Amino acid sequence: MAEPMVVVDNLHVVYRVYGSGVDKGTAATALLRLVKRQRRPSIREVHAIRGVSFVAYKGDAVGVIGRNGSGKSTLLRAVAGLLPAEEGMVYTIGHAALLGVNAALMENLTGEKNVILGCLAMGMSPQTVKERYQSVVDFSGVGDFINLAMKTYSTGMGSRLRFAIASAKNQDILLVDEALATGDAEFRVKSHRRIDELREHAGTVFLVAHNLGEIEETCNKVIWLEKGRIIQAGENVAEIIDAYLAATGGEPRVREPR
Amino acid sequence: MSESCVIQLRIRPAHEPADHKLTAVTNRGRLSAPGELTGPGSLDGGPGHLQGSSAQDNGGPATASAAVLAPQVYLAGAGLSADEPLGDYARRHNLQPASARPPALKYLRSLWQRRQFITGFATASNVAMYSEARLGQLWQVLTPLLNAAVYFLIFGVLLGINRGVPGYIPFLVTGIFVFNFTQRSCMTSSVVMRQNLPLIRALPFPRGCLPLGYVIIELQQLVLSFAVLFVIILAYGEPLTWYWLLIFPILALQSLFNVGCAFGLARWGSGFDDVSQLLPFVIRTWMYASGVIFSIQTTLALIPGKVLYDHPGLAYLLQINPAAVYITLTRNALLQDQRISMPGYHAYNAVRCAMYGDPGRFHIPPDVFQSKVIYFSSYCHPIVSGPALWGYAAGWAVVAVIAGFFFFWRAETRYGRG
Repeated sequence: MAEPMVVVDNLHVVYRVYGSGVDKGTAATALLRLVKRQRRPSIREVHAIRGVSFVAYKGDAVGVIGRNGSGKSTLLRAVAGLLPAEEGMVYTIGHAALLGVNAALMENLTGEKNVILGCLAMGMSPQTVKERYQSVVDFSGVGDFINLAMKTYSTGMGSRLRFAIASAKNQDILLVDEALATGDAEFRVKSHRRIDELREHAGTVFLVAHNLGEIEETCNKVIWLEKGRIIQAGENVAEIIDAYLAATGGEPRVREPR
Repeated sequence: MSESCVIQLRIRPAHEPADHKLTAVTNRGRLSAPGELTGPGSLDGGPGHLQGSSAQDNGGPATASAAVLAPQVYLAGAGLSADEPLGDYARRHNLQPASARPPALKYLRSLWQRRQFITGFATASNVAMYSEARLGQLWQVLTPLLNAAVYFLIFGVLLGINRGVPGYIPFLVTGIFVFNFTQRSCMTSSVVMRQNLPLIRALPFPRGCLPLGYVIIELQQLVLSFAVLFVIILAYGEPLTWYWLLIFPILALQSLFNVGCAFGLARWGSGFDDVSQLLPFVIRTWMYASGVIFSIQTTLALIPGKVLYDHPGLAYLLQINPAAVYITLTRNALLQDQRISMPGYHAYNAVRCAMYGDPGRFHIPPDVFQSKVIYFSSYCHPIVSGPALWGYAAGWAVVAVIAGFFFFWRAETRYGRG
């Protein structure tokens, strides 16, 4: 029987966004607000996830699809424990590594230091880091740039190195939020293989991508989110992707017969 | 805690009144086998699964009418029976809430296990810190030197505060360098969580590594600035004595104290930028109150007419404040003039003490005062004695590091948010 790695129980996530709209943003209004003991008026609530429940098991690669703003990234951040649940609960085994499209890990440090320190931070011993170092660098394919500060990297190079570091350890849970989208075709093949390896090592991978082909190739399950709710989910990845495409007015994917 | 009430319903939509809640049940009935989905809105949901949320969720005891309907559980395998609440299922398989923090002892162990990361992070950051300045690492030395030069120019030359303190320049420079260690630890750690947000979000590791690493960065810089300090005070004619070895226990205690402060400020600064905006003012006030520029042991406390002379309670408070304690101990270890002019160094002598406080009354010429009577502060009663200073040094270190650790640890799972 498959063991669950992530259990999401009726999860609601509400963002409170500051600094939007009404407030003129001057010092006088800020003072007035303090005097009157008001909350910041510009606070706006965004109900990003509205009651989502699902279970992910060892060896699952779960694709998450949906339009922009449907709550995909929010869901992943909640699974990583980076967002508080307004209601409901997220249960996980261990902590999750979340790879987004954002900046470097330690941007002022060289790629080399990022590899070494990143691996140490994840709890590897210095000996293991030494052994794996070359394979991580080779996997990332950044080449000579490994000796430059990570802030000088292109977006693609940065995300390759980050993926290489985070997947160097057999993470229990790896959350990939469009982090592979900026990589080239060669890297996509490599990362696909790496995700398969992680799954074989009883890890669970979540993949957010707008490239539906990537989801279909990589994932054995898929969740379709819309406005914070699950529309469909299941192992019939191709069907759900087609339904999603039909709902969003896209062309159905053309597949090679297997 | 979670007294969820689970109600098994067999719902036949045609027979039920058009209650939206019950419709919701049929919409969201749990499917235990994956792949059976026919999409939302289908009314053939199978056995419905009504789950009252726990009391803490909806702010009151769960009743059937107030119960929030659990939405359908997707992707569930055969191991999950229809009537088991998801929370129980998760706990049965040893899953933890993603927002649960590790027990304190386990957390401490995991910090110790990451020691190579902490020191490596500190060293690498130190090397990279000045990589964009043309003078590079030289700034590690130049910054404290320039600081000392500015204060010397203003307080030593222009205002002439050095009256009453023998060996003013070593006194001033030592004070600035020691205070700088605490100051920089506090300032940098107040922004540590914001600065390292990408790292915190991407990799799972105990977040306490970061403030610890920042204190070690400052400790590494301190080693260099103390080398500069030694050159300055040796050039000033300070004798090299065994007392100098005392700086090791002093710096160890001060480092512990700084770690405590760094933990606390890292948590405060993680949520709001206000902390790092306010901190410079707090720290500047702290610096003036800690006797970096003036002597709160002698000049301010022993001379009639000064505020601290009239308020010994305030003088006591200033002298036991942690920064003042570490500064005074370091000065007494490194600087002979400070050691032998420390109140309490000699047995109490009322006349000599009074001569120090009010040389005009005894018609002491300025040159005699500067060469001899300036040391007579040692005949006065100390407000805080030498052994008591060591007690406070250790006490502050222990209190700060324990309180700081727990304060930081309690928010461990909240640092990547925002």
